Amino acid sequence: MTAHSLERKLAILSDAARYDASCASSGTAKRNSKDGKGLGSTEGSGICHAYAPDGRCISLLKILMTNFCIFDCAYCVNRVSSNTERARFSVDEVVKLTLEFYRRNYIEGLFLSSGIIQSPDKTMEDMVRIAKKLRLEENFRGYIHLKTIPEASEELIEQAGLYADRVSINVEMPTDASVTQYAPEKKPDTIRRAMAGVRMRKEAAKDKSHTGKRPPRFAPAGQSTQMIIGADGSNDATILGQSTRLYSSYGLKRVYYSAFSPIPDATAKLPLIKPPLMREHRLYQADWLMRFYGFNAGEITAGTDGNLDLAIDPKLAWALRNRHAFPVDPMRADREALLRVPGFGAKTVGRIIAARRHRRLRWDDLVRMGANMKNARPFVTLADWTPGALLDAPDLAARFAPQPEQLSLF
Amino acid sequence: MPHVALPHTGTDKAWRDAARGLIARRVPPDEVTWSRGATEEDLFAQAPEQVAQTRATLKVPRDFVSLAGSVVWHRDPERFARLYAMLWRLRSEKGLMEDRGDAALAKLRSMEKAVHRDRHKMTAFVRFREIGARDLPRRRFAAWFEPTHFTLEPTAPFFARRFADMDWMIATPDLTAIFENGELSFAEGQPKPDIPEDATEELWGTYFRNIFNPARLKVGAMMSEMPKKYWKNLPEARHIPEMIASAGARAEAMQAAAPTLPPLRAAKITERLAAPGVVRAMADDLDQLRAEENACTRCPLYENATQAVPGEGPRDADLMVVGEQPGDQEDLAGRPFVGPAGQMFDRIAREAGIDRSRAFVTNAVKHFKFAPKGKRRIHQNPNTGEIKACRFWLQSEIELVRPKLILSMGGTAAESLTGSRKGILSRRGTVEETPEGVPVFLTVHPSYLLRLPDPALRDDETEKFRADLKSAQAHLEELRAS
Repeated sequence: MTAHSLERKLAILSDAARYDASCASSGTAKRNSKDGKGLGSTEGSGICHAYAPDGRCISLLKILMTNFCIFDCAYCVNRVSSNTERARFSVDEVVKLTLEFYRRNYIEGLFLSSGIIQSPDKTMEDMVRIAKKLRLEENFRGYIHLKTIPEASEELIEQAGLYADRVSINVEMPTDASVTQYAPEKKPDTIRRAMAGVRMRKEAAKDKSHTGKRPPRFAPAGQSTQMIIGADGSNDATILGQSTRLYSSYGLKRVYYSAFSPIPDATAKLPLIKPPLMREHRLYQADWLMRFYGFNAGEITAGTDGNLDLAIDPKLAWALRNRHAFPVDPMRADREALLRVPGFGAKTVGRIIAARRHRRLRWDDLVRMGANMKNARPFVTLADWTPGALLDAPDLAARFAPQPEQLSLF
Repeated sequence: MPHVALPHTGTDKAWRDAARGLIARRVPPDEVTWSRGATEEDLFAQAPEQVAQTRATLKVPRDFVSLAGSVVWHRDPERFARLYAMLWRLRSEKGLMEDRGDAALAKLRSMEKAVHRDRHKMTAFVRFREIGARDLPRRRFAAWFEPTHFTLEPTAPFFARRFADMDWMIATPDLTAIFENGELSFAEGQPKPDIPEDATEELWGTYFRNIFNPARLKVGAMMSEMPKKYWKNLPEARHIPEMIASAGARAEAMQAAAPTLPPLRAAKITERLAAPGVVRAMADDLDQLRAEENACTRCPLYENATQAVPGEGPRDADLMVVGEQPGDQEDLAGRPFVGPAGQMFDRIAREAGIDRSRAFVTNAVKHFKFAPKGKRRIHQNPNTGEIKACRFWLQSEIELVRPKLILSMGGTAAESLTGSRKGILSRRGTVEETPEGVPVFLTVHPSYLLRLPDPALRDDETEKFRADLKSAQAHLEELRAS
């Protein structure tokens, strides 16, 4: 193997890491370095330090420890059968890059993932060593996200959670069958068991022992996962069903959807397509509806062919299919009903509920409260507005559809 | 007409003090003018004594205090007057702070949001350059930043909390923040200082260029979060035009490239991984059975569960305890009877004289059946088809363990073992048989006790359950003796 310069390694190993969508650096325990003995802080909300022209936020130094890998996952640029250039960071190189970038306020911390070398345990051990060195030797108090390797021993995952704010294990594909087909070395039930293990450890770390002593916190920012969209034939109903199951079973903070995107040196098994970015966007919107708006997966995809409408957002699409639930009167409706009005966000709903105790709300009030009245128009009645026949207009859906020339963008 | 001139630093506190004084003197908003920037004498000529006499009387919603604490840093010259007008109205209008439809409040809230955003962007886009030697006890850094509003003062403590082990300076046109030996101080603003480029910026640019995926160009999304006005002070931004320009061609090249032949080592590695390797010798047929149960797809329940939960206990147990199905905790752990109902069973069984460690505990159905609800899973009863499909595994366990007595808990276990779940409350405490002739002692499921809301009733039922277990234990001893 030729020796690479640090810069070349960084190029190879960040290039290889770009397919992980997660960038969150929020929601962990609060820390700072006011004692002057360390570096870094975490204060609840994360910070996006830069944006690349792909529209993705750059919050963490997202790199692979190595892109050598013994697995042969068809969708991955680092699979063993790919001819991509390989490199490997030493522990010290990762530590140094993280700290020097952090000191210059480029990043919130480190997101470390890795190809699997020699064995899952060996790989996980090296990753844990990096996190441990950052925390214990360098007193680093910024954010650490470790991608854990499901096949690694429980002891190593336990340690990972001790030093990392977040751990994640990718389910990779929306169904077990697709994982087996495209990632032959990965075992869906091992992945599930590893996620179950993380949830159990997190819960165990919350219980005080009988002496009243609190055990050390385990991954305070929780766990997340990612699945690739558009590589297999799964429809959106299947994907959202899988997310629902993951959220309810393993206490996941986030499920990330990653539109399958062309990779260098692709395999013939997975023909390259234009990444389905709009589909990915709609899935995130649906995911939000499930987590913050009281919708369930079944409602979101009921009455469709199993896939979300790409032309309009899923909440508006649901309202158009369920016009019998409207119009809603913002003065009287309960929170659940208000959250289902297109154009009303969770914040707007909170504002409506706080303000309506004091006076009657009108159209302009809702505009000032942040409602998107263009979307809400047919679905609400107000002192100075009734939708009349608009709600039942046969061409209502068409009025919301974007212009044809915009469609051609996707 | 009174005029209040507020200082460049400590503007938030000075406004608060001045506003308190004016309210106390009942000066209406249209009779006062405000400005930022004046000598300190101007300020102290008005504020102090008024503060002293009014501190106790002025009650302001907490919401307004935090709103004002942000809005004072806005660049709009009207901000102080707008805040004071709002404060004036708050004396008489109850609930005003909750009315986002109010035009004046909506305006202040949008100014507050602009300040928040500006502060947030400062925490994101300040870029330090190292200016001292690296081997100094405290390393030294400096940055130049151009905020939209006067946000350096309220934001500087963030940098102090984060970069406490180094010295740093953030210069802006309006104000300079200096952090030395753990002390934060402020000095006048300055024109852009000449801070020499830092070698690490090269590495950062490398990272920025390579983390970018040229196949998913979304320039609009980048521009809305990182508007061009910030680019001139971001070292990575100089790469953006080239990254955008070459993205299309790079993506097309990836698509057009023909698949290559895998490197030679690939086949060897894949072969080694796929080879069965050293098959771990199954300790016994029970281990073998566990592995098979885990691979079961006889009914759809495996699709949503984490794993099958096989029975557990000594191979030669003469008591087998059969529950309904694994619950949330059992599904995660892969072990039976570890959840709340299992723990309850353990406790009562101990009280009834049953040696749990000598019993084989298992379930009629091996996968957890549930309905997802937000972050929780709601237990669902397995249906007859699922019970029948799983009967195969239960039967295999019975054949391997050959218990003298089976303790059947709840309707599902009864259905699986005796073919009927009907009238379980009237059948409890009696002994029936499996079709194969193994005696089955019937009782309720411990989760039934957990669900009873009335504590008196729960005590009653717990007592009955304990009596059942005692009688099962007595029956087992009879069977052992015979």
